[in-house]
Amino acid sequence: MILTIAHKEFRSLFAIPSTWLILGVLQFIFAWFFLARLDAFLQVQAQLAQIANAPGATLAVAAPLFGTLALILMMLIPVFTMRLFAEERRNQTLALLMTAPVSGLHIVLGKFFGLMLFLLLIVASCTLMVLSLAAGTQLDIGLLLSNALGLLLLVASYAALGLYISSLTAQPVVAAIVALAALFGLWLVEVSAVDSDIAWNMVAPTSHFQSFNIGLPNSVDIVYFVVFSAVFLLLTIRRIHNNRIYG
Amino acid sequence: MLYIKRQFDPCAGKKFNFEFLEAPILGYIGPPSQPTIECMTAIAPLTLSARNLCRRSGQREIVRDVSLELRHGEVLGLLGHNGAGKSTTLQMLTGALLPQSGHIEICGYDLARQPAQAKAHIGFLPEIPPLYREMRVDDYLLFAAKLHRVPRAKIANDLAETKRRCGLQGDGNKIIGTLSKGYQQRVGIAQAIIHQPEVIILDEPTVGLDPSQIRDIRALIRELGDAHSVILSTHLLSEVASICDRVEIIHHGRLIYGDSSERMQQYGHQPGFIVTLLSPPTLAELQGIAGVQQVEQLSATQFRILYEAEVNLSSTLLALAAQHGWQAEQLVPLQARLEDVFMQITQSDAEKI
Repeated sequence: MILTIAHKEFRSLFAIPSTWLILGVLQFIFAWFFLARLDAFLQVQAQLAQIANAPGATLAVAAPLFGTLALILMMLIPVFTMRLFAEERRNQTLALLMTAPVSGLHIVLGKFFGLMLFLLLIVASCTLMVLSLAAGTQLDIGLLLSNALGLLLLVASYAALGLYISSLTAQPVVAAIVALAALFGLWLVEVSAVDSDIAWNMVAPTSHFQSFNIGLPNSVDIVYFVVFSAVFLLLTIRRIHNNRIYG
Repeated sequence: MLYIKRQFDPCAGKKFNFEFLEAPILGYIGPPSQPTIECMTAIAPLTLSARNLCRRSGQREIVRDVSLELRHGEVLGLLGHNGAGKSTTLQMLTGALLPQSGHIEICGYDLARQPAQAKAHIGFLPEIPPLYREMRVDDYLLFAAKLHRVPRAKIANDLAETKRRCGLQGDGNKIIGTLSKGYQQRVGIAQAIIHQPEVIILDEPTVGLDPSQIRDIRALIRELGDAHSVILSTHLLSEVASICDRVEIIHHGRLIYGDSSERMQQYGHQPGFIVTLLSPPTLAELQGIAGVQQVEQLSATQFRILYEAEVNLSSTLLALAAQHGWQAEQLVPLQARLEDVFMQITQSDAEKI
């Protein structure tokens, strides 16, 4: 049942022209950024070669690319999550799911995984771009995988938060703005926190992504992302149940 | 969170309840039911039973103590003014809303305790059909079928059959958003019947359609009523007369009348006819016939005659006409207009309060 709903969500994303447009523009931005970083790396390569234990291509090109992608997706994910429940509410199509023999858990997880499949596509396309460097140099596969995994966990937590906010309203635009504000707020927490300010750094998803970004993932970071996503998914299930009580 | 007051139900879990219509339906003020009509349907298994449904929104009671029963092969019309609580009642029956108290059982499954099994037996078309406008008709119907757990092997067959029934054979590849309102409504109905549910619930299925579409959809509902059981809500009275076996009138959230639709048309109705006599007798002569209550002359040759329910006046009158050479030409029984009946029922309820 989860798969049925996930499949439908994934397909209906591609039924909208703006999805294709966003994917195209996103790919263009990656490529631009990727080439710019690569160019900068090639210019300093000669000097780097003289240093012992110099940073390789992965650290110099891939890590900043994933960092940028994390920031872009922070702004894009609300655009994708806004539709999930708010649009169904507005078009009164939620009734189909609510009267079908599926539980709230199925509905919420179905929508979440449908969107995750789409986001996986974006993360995978970015990873593939970096992998193309393997033709010319030795890549640090560990660092690359750590970045990809970290980014997936990060976007999962963003998607869960966006899904919850979408379930609160019947206006997709409101859902998008509120989700963007929430994600931006979390990002500001990380930006404004001083290094020693561990409490604040614990709260922000982006600061947990940092450790993946430098290739040093910590089990605490993984647990943080899983708990963050689970909490918002549970809240969404709760909200969907309340829908039946309060109408 | 503790709004749902569940009642103990000894029958939960059984496939069907074979109950005979002995208990009167609550909120019933019509004439006592006679056994003749019910004996046909009493054999059929009970597919839906709702008892004492209540729902409040703030201080306002939207639905108060509504009890409904539906049997296999029956079409039940839920009739009421706008805002009478029709849609809320139907939403509760389908599990989209939880009743604050009361108990719903579908094909023997308790909707609150076994929602998955109970909902698998319901097909629901809400007031606004729940269509994903960007999807193709086929994809949408397949999604609806999978959601309702239609076995994979049966899906293709059911899809073709449902499209045939709803007249959508050539439209499988069209995008739903590009279809006209009438076709969207058909897709909505197709979505509700693709998993061949025992209970089909349609909320105002013919609103906004043109006359020929209305006729098609009514024919479809009539056909569905033979193999399934159907509840439809409407405020169109002609719809009730043409497709429903039984009528329940809901007014200010309460059921105030329930009977077969034929008998509803007889409600509070004084028998009478309009007769054309080419060489009529005097008014007093007609008045003098036994059983006649009132005679009114409409034109030189036309009379409206109201008579007591017990006598069969038309044959008496025709015999007299032949005997006296009144030259009876036409005898048209007076039909109560459904609108009048409806107004009479809802007003008599208002007076009671």
